[in-house]
Amino acid sequence: MSSGKPLLSQSGPLSAPQPHPIHHNRHSSLTLTSLGCLHSASISSSISDETQGNNLYDLKEVEEDTVATTVSRNSREASAFWPKRKEYRSEELYLQCPRRKRKGLVSWGGVADSWLDISALEVSGASSRGQDNLNKSRRSERFLKISMQLAESIPHHDNPRLIHINDPKKTNEKADFSGNEIRTSKYTFLNFLPKNLFIQFHRVAYLYFLAIAALNQLPPLAVFGRTVSLFPLLFVLTVTAVKDGYEDWRRHRSDRNENNREALVLKSEKFYPKRWKKIQAGDVIKICSDEAIPCDMVLLGTSDPSGIAYILTMNLDGESNLKTRYARQETNNLVLEGSTISGIVRCEQPNRNIYEFTANMELKGHRFPLSQSNIILRGCQLKNTEWAVGVVVYAGQETKAMLNSAMTPSKRSRLETYMNRETLWLSVFLLIMCLVVAFGMGLWLKRHNPELDTLPYYRKSYFEKGKVGKKYKYYGIPMETFFSFLSSIIVFQIMIPISLYITMELVRLGQSYFMIGDRDMYDSSTNSKFQCRSLNINEDLGQIRYVFSDKTGTLTENKMEFRKSSIWGKNYDCRLSLTGPSQDIGVEGEDAKFYRQKWRLKSEIFPNSELIKLLYKDLYVEEKIAAHDFFLTLAACNTVIPIVAECPASGPDCTPGDGRKSINYQGESPDEQALVAAASAYGYTLFERTSGHIVIDANGEKLRLDVLGLHEFDSVRKRMSVVIRFPNDSVKVLVKGADTSMFSILKKTQPSDDPVIRITQSHLNEYSAEGLRTLVVAARDLTNEQLAEWQCMYEDASTSLTDRSIKLRQTAALIERDLTLLGATAIEDKLQEGVPEAIESLRQAGIKVWVLTGDKQETAISIGLSCRLLTTDMHQIIINGNSEDECKKLLCDAREKYFVKSASCRDQIPKRKKNAEIDYLEIPSNTKSASPQLHAGQEDGPTFRPLALVIDGNSLVYILEKDLESELFDLATLCRVVLCCRVAPLQKAGIVDMIKGRTDDMTLAIGDGANDVSMIQMADVGVGICGQEGRQAVMASDFAMGQFRFLKRLLLVHGHWNYQRIGYLVLYNFYRNAVFVLMLFWYILCTAFSTTSALTDWSSVFYSVIYTSVPTIVVGILDKDLSHKTLLKYPKLYAAGHRQESYNMSLFWITMVDTLWQSLVLFYVPLFAYGESTIDIWSMGSLWTIAVVILVNVHLAMDIQRWVVITHMATWGSIFVTYGCMLVLDSIPVLPNYGTIYNLGKSPTYWLSILLITVIGLLPRFVFKVFHQIFWPSDIQIAREAEILRKRRRFFGS
Amino acid sequence: MNSNTPSSSAGGPGSADSTGPRRNTKRPKYSRFTQQELPACKPILTPKWVISTLLLVGVVFLPIGIVSLFASRDVVEIVDGYETECIPTEFQNDTLGYIQGLQNKTCYRTLRVSKQMKQPIYVYYQLDSFYQNHRRYVKSRSDQQLRSVSEEGDTDSCKPEGTADGRPIVPCGLIAWSLFNDTYILTRNNQQLNINKTHISWKSDRDRKFGKNVFPKNFQNGTLIGGGTLDPLLPLNKQEDLMVWMRTAALPTFRKLYGRIEVDLQPGDTINVTISNNYNTYSFNGKKKLVLSTTSWLGGKNDFVGIAYLTVGGLCISLAIVFALIYLVKPRRLGDPSYLSWNQNQGAR
Repeated sequence: MSSGKPLLSQSGPLSAPQPHPIHHNRHSSLTLTSLGCLHSASISSSISDETQGNNLYDLKEVEEDTVATTVSRNSREASAFWPKRKEYRSEELYLQCPRRKRKGLVSWGGVADSWLDISALEVSGASSRGQDNLNKSRRSERFLKISMQLAESIPHHDNPRLIHINDPKKTNEKADFSGNEIRTSKYTFLNFLPKNLFIQFHRVAYLYFLAIAALNQLPPLAVFGRTVSLFPLLFVLTVTAVKDGYEDWRRHRSDRNENNREALVLKSEKFYPKRWKKIQAGDVIKICSDEAIPCDMVLLGTSDPSGIAYILTMNLDGESNLKTRYARQETNNLVLEGSTISGIVRCEQPNRNIYEFTANMELKGHRFPLSQSNIILRGCQLKNTEWAVGVVVYAGQETKAMLNSAMTPSKRSRLETYMNRETLWLSVFLLIMCLVVAFGMGLWLKRHNPELDTLPYYRKSYFEKGKVGKKYKYYGIPMETFFSFLSSIIVFQIMIPISLYITMELVRLGQSYFMIGDRDMYDSSTNSKFQCRSLNINEDLGQIRYVFSDKTGTLTENKMEFRKSSIWGKNYDCRLSLTGPSQDIGVEGEDAKFYRQKWRLKSEIFPNSELIKLLYKDLYVEEKIAAHDFFLTLAACNTVIPIVAECPASGPDCTPGDGRKSINYQGESPDEQALVAAASAYGYTLFERTSGHIVIDANGEKLRLDVLGLHEFDSVRKRMSVVIRFPNDSVKVLVKGADTSMFSILKKTQPSDDPVIRITQSHLNEYSAEGLRTLVVAARDLTNEQLAEWQCMYEDASTSLTDRSIKLRQTAALIERDLTLLGATAIEDKLQEGVPEAIESLRQAGIKVWVLTGDKQETAISIGLSCRLLTTDMHQIIINGNSEDECKKLLCDAREKYFVKSASCRDQIPKRKKNAEIDYLEIPSNTKSASPQLHAGQEDGPTFRPLALVIDGNSLVYILEKDLESELFDLATLCRVVLCCRVAPLQKAGIVDMIKGRTDDMTLAIGDGANDVSMIQMADVGVGICGQEGRQAVMASDFAMGQFRFLKRLLLVHGHWNYQRIGYLVLYNFYRNAVFVLMLFWYILCTAFSTTSALTDWSSVFYSVIYTSVPTIVVGILDKDLSHKTLLKYPKLYAAGHRQESYNMSLFWITMVDTLWQSLVLFYVPLFAYGESTIDIWSMGSLWTIAVVILVNVHLAMDIQRWVVITHMATWGSIFVTYGCMLVLDSIPVLPNYGTIYNLGKSPTYWLSILLITVIGLLPRFVFKVFHQIFWPSDIQIAREAEILRKRRRFFGS
Repeated sequence: MNSNTPSSSAGGPGSADSTGPRRNTKRPKYSRFTQQELPACKPILTPKWVISTLLLVGVVFLPIGIVSLFASRDVVEIVDGYETECIPTEFQNDTLGYIQGLQNKTCYRTLRVSKQMKQPIYVYYQLDSFYQNHRRYVKSRSDQQLRSVSEEGDTDSCKPEGTADGRPIVPCGLIAWSLFNDTYILTRNNQQLNINKTHISWKSDRDRKFGKNVFPKNFQNGTLIGGGTLDPLLPLNKQEDLMVWMRTAALPTFRKLYGRIEVDLQPGDTINVTISNNYNTYSFNGKKKLVLSTTSWLGGKNDFVGIAYLTVGGLCISLAIVFALIYLVKPRRLGDPSYLSWNQNQGAR
């Protein structure tokens, strides 16, 4: 969006002193020109010749470029792509400068010059002011991020790469171009170990492990045995390495498949198959239809004489329509003749920009430029073209597709951020404990200093020959204190729950497994499962407050369906039959034979029988002619490419031999495809299109129409037209376009009297009120003189090298007037299944749904109504200002009208939160079927009618970049619904950013197209819809799914579960580690601060790795508080996530107090039970080990909400495993603790102590829990009781 | 933008139909596991559950508490601290000099039996403020060396008591070096009470941990004598005092088994104890006690377990009563939706 537009004048002076190094002849000649008119032409030229309505459109773009400029000025990084930018500018401005000079002449838009000047001034003023603000604002940085992602990277202009056509040897002789072998894998067999370790140690957690292990290797600190201390690190490293290795192996496998595919490569005049990986730059390759393209190549020739090739770029940019690429005529002829081509291609160094390519080709002394339209890229597919021949310019890793395969930026979940905050607290505890130990040690040493030499349990010195000898591991009190500090860090290391990060990763993996496996999130129409592309933010799904949704393709199916037509003032509804096509075939007698279609379409349309009858009437009334022309226009006036295929013999729904051919329409816009398909359904089938003519099967009659000229659709005119010569030599202009642009150019015959126009207009209003997309169809006969005049001008314009688009526009204006209105079409973009219900549920869950769409206001509102986003009782606040002041006024008006309290537009911010809260609680609930009591007490505030804010892109331009943002924010958060229409991709991101920046609420963006990518990446959670528009959005997303309605299940069910699970998991892990560490701490206080652990080294290490880790993981994956039915039935339960019920500060502190109590119980019960007894340190340690394991597992068991077999196995299993490990450890005679547990197990005190510890430790928690549930039951608690008791009752009752 | 994708979409529009019927669907297979519908037990804290759990704990704990308390009360224990009493008055201000000197350190004490003590009566010594759990101390041993002769030289962990005169000490380390060496001779009515010192250590230690052909070598030959000596002719697995001592205690106050008296003591018996007060606890102000004690099934005299069980049991029962009252007075119907937050808030408005 921002790449190809002119920049503002500010950039001029910068570029002047350092002319960019351009090596293309074309460009260097442009430079001077462009610099000459930079200042004067900057803004006004780009606006000068646009109609009033469209003016705004460009303002928006200009504004965005402002952003881009600012960004590039502000950032050091961006300076890298200055040369690139300059090049765009020079080219563009060169086109625009003359335009300004001609401004006065251009009057077809009916725009007054004076108005223009004002607006131009206004805009440039506004944008420069905006820039000032921007420079200061934090936003620029964030936008930089987006634009960097969206825009290209650094181009290399200094040294072009030389490609010798059909001479790969020479090409690769000097230069070191990469081969076509691709490697997405990270490792090879040899470098796996070092590289994997290197990558793994980028994580702070592993460094912590490493530091602790290293610390432990120092002799004075060796708290644990050396091997023991390495164990946790090795364990973690091994697990991760195995996981990485497996993933890489899979990548290797797919790389191998990819590399071993074959393509035809020219070798001594003939094409031989060659493996992809062997292809080199300079090779000439032949691609056949439907084949994938192995590398980036410049087209040399195609099967089409004009050198056209159609490609499908779905995998690259996500657009599903076919694109045209051209071979240069010079080379195409050579290829068709079959002669070999030898020449040189000079092209830029490889870069990521898939929309740009600059190169030139030297062929037999001639030099001609190559551009984006001459290159086909790896990852695309050749379509509808028999073959194409090209020369490889970039191969393998240097292809644009590979350069673009960057990973999406990783996100971190909200809960994890909070968790890190609490981890800091834990670090503080750790520090305090270590300091206590260290100071204690210091004091103790000081007090006992005189005795230390001989003290039997310290003995700091050797004694040789009766004298005090050298010191043994004693470095003076200060050092000893310091060492004691360090060694206590080693002992208490698991206070910082590093293993928690690994646990969380595993848990999220498990959660994703269940999300992916959810059959209710499988979309059968696209055969797509739910995808988890990011494994870091599962739990964020449970706390979403804002959902930003794209409309087309997300809420709607993006499958256009021809629904209604108004022809000659008469409305025909095309979906009248519920009984299916058989009834239509029943259209009487002679019509039936016409209806037997020769052509099979992908989509079935059931034509209106009345209209069919009209079409086959043998009358020549005006009405019939209009209908005829109407459908002819639909069939002819488009850029759709028909692809005809014989009916496959074994097709399921097509009997072979009936002569019916299937036809597939490929085109840039789904609307056009729908119209062509509709025309075909009424008997006007377009089945052949070349650049010179089209062939239409009109009611069985083959109609060959010469296309004399075609004015493509552009956003300024908002219409397209074709000039057609009929077989009978009459010439017609067929036009279709948006209603706003069409009615002004109709034939001016008493406009008010013409009933057709009036009725059509009323039909159009009707259609758009139903949420249909409308187009107006008109035609005009051309006289020979008119034709001649036009032809002359058209030829001139279309061959013109400069100003082509402007000239063409003028040419179009010549014939696009005095049109006869034929009718109008209405196309439905069908709502996806279940969208209204999903939105309703989300809203009840307290989630605000904002729709951001590129559609126009009316369509957006009508879609809003049909998906129950808007309801009729809502106040609609519509903001569509054309200037800053206007927007400001509209905003203030809205505020004053609906929030009388605040006279000024400023001081609302403190009230915002409160209001938002009320708003949420007030959402009327109508899912109260479960119990009649729910209805009681429900009342809708009569004074508080819900508000809906509708705002359009133009206003957003002013609002987002100005101080008005906060006002918009205040207003928008008060509204229940916000609809933004006509927004650009970057604006979508801007809106998300606004919410992110101003609230703490979680945002989710959902979309399906490339235009949603920036929004998806900006939001906390990005969801991609695998829809019609390819994979771009999916690639950028964190989660991807087939339908919008799955969002309900994703958030309300999985989001809730994940949040609740992870929240508990984190708290439990904090507790689990802290209780252990505190227990050790209390003991150390009894050992003269000497960091002795009563537990064996192995037990201390195994505690968090083996003894207690499995149950937490299992519970984190499998536990669930409520069934999905309940969660879906009561969406309001989702608010638990909003209130952060599963994880918050107070829960953390409660947990810590509980931990303290439990650790004291753990320590003191054995201490008292064995006070003044013969118990030895290992027995005591053994008792503590098992007691703490049992305690934490029973603690967990107390909180498990759903016991399945696996949970039982994990929980009780870990206790058994612990016993098992201890039996093994105590059976090794060489360990000092040999035989401990066998002796200990014989004493009843041991067992009684364990029971006592468990009960006393957990009693307060149990009592607290019961009290809490009696007096302050949470929503989830109640719902859970209701769910379980109801089920039980049903079970017992029946 | 994955480069692997083209392969999957290479089929083109024409081929889609032909593969129609056997198109492989990605629809997740149904299993109760993947759909998270495994049969599950979902416990909730109903009043019945809460009260019965608490009652159960109470009912189990109270008897255990009573039995434990009785057991502990049955134990008869005679404790005699002698660390100051065994210092002659002239040395009261120079305890360290006394203990390190060459004087006769025999000391006589008299114990009175107040209750009948049934055999076996265990004789313990109890030390105070002796940090057998100090890290330097705990680690100062070589388990390899204790087990087999061939590992004799493995004294790295034993410093600074690893070697003497360049030869390894067996058993090495601070623990062995500081072996307790007070001895007790008990007489009743001028008749010596036999103290059985066999099998006072753990069987596992005798059998596997201490080698049967490892003999003390070079022990207490250094200039600084830490404690008791060992008979160099007895293998380590016969040196039970050493084995007991080397099971280092968990806490700075600890008892260690000295031996058993295998006759009953009657109330009113006077026992004369002849102590040779050799062990130096004076350097760190440690206390020494001689303990004679019978045992119960629960071990020594310790009321804690019994009292704790009684307390907890009682507490649980009273909590059960409290909850029962709460449920009676202010019942909340489980799953009652009127308590849901949104309903409560709406009601409040």
